Amino acid sequence: MHIMEGFLPAGHALAWTCVSAPFVVLGARSLKRIVAERPEARLDIAASAGFTFVLSALKLPSVTGSCSHPTGTALGAMQFGPGIMAVIGAIVLLFQALLLAHGGLSTMGANVFSMAIAGPWVAYGVWRLAGRLGVPVAVAVFLSAFLGDLATYVVTSFQLALAFPDAETGFAGAFAKFGGIFAITQAPLAVAEGLVTVVVMNALAGRRMRIEGAKA
Amino acid sequence: MSARTNSLLLGTALLIVAAPLILNPAGQFGGTDDAASEVVTSSHPAYEKWTGPFWQPSKEIEGLLFAVQAAFGAGLLGYVIGRRHGRSGK
Repeated sequence: MHIMEGFLPAGHALAWTCVSAPFVVLGARSLKRIVAERPEARLDIAASAGFTFVLSALKLPSVTGSCSHPTGTALGAMQFGPGIMAVIGAIVLLFQALLLAHGGLSTMGANVFSMAIAGPWVAYGVWRLAGRLGVPVAVAVFLSAFLGDLATYVVTSFQLALAFPDAETGFAGAFAKFGGIFAITQAPLAVAEGLVTVVVMNALAGRRMRIEGAKA
Repeated sequence: MSARTNSLLLGTALLIVAAPLILNPAGQFGGTDDAASEVVTSSHPAYEKWTGPFWQPSKEIEGLLFAVQAAFGAGLLGYVIGRRHGRSGK
């Protein structure tokens, strides 16, 4: 799950906020442009936002004996590009930071980067690559959602390891330790998210489901 | 894809999520965010949290708000899928 309030040194918190802010601004522009050009896309955007709202509210048990939640950001990234998910993800994170004491305002920049930027970009990259390689669409949806979800938590581990390197083993040791908490807990949940995303994508797009730029 | 494939996929997802409760009955199932915070406090005891949440809901209210978030999302998603479905049936 997200980095909790106060658990990043101020310098790191500020740096991640500076990194994330332009993505959110560009994402808002991209969102505006998509809605202006294709008003009918609003429904699919709403569905993508809804999916992220549901999935990121579900804290699920995992084999490690810890709970974490999926992200649901791949669905929108596949359909509209990763840009708009920065905005939608930031809204979800703001809601959780303000009302639920889940994540935090100081760690918002870092959490937006992992969940609303890194995850969607990985998901989008996998989706496009799968299209170029001629992978069946349903498999592409699964891989995109699975890897996008996992990437979010690998990045969270990276952010924490960067801020709190181990006294003896340094960054690598800390990355392994945080990765053991976040990424391993997430792996089975990411598989589940991948499967559910295939079903939802199918329900939304049905036979229209195709990868832009893919070989016919 | 057929309804059968869909139920198979959803069933597998459900199984993956339910399995840990059976396979690891002794598990505490706390949050990974708390686990990570504990690692930070134990490996860097000198680190001082410089800010905290200004409002912390009680367990019940937290459950309520997470449920509101999920219900809102599910409502949006269900509306769109239902609308599509209704239109394609005409």
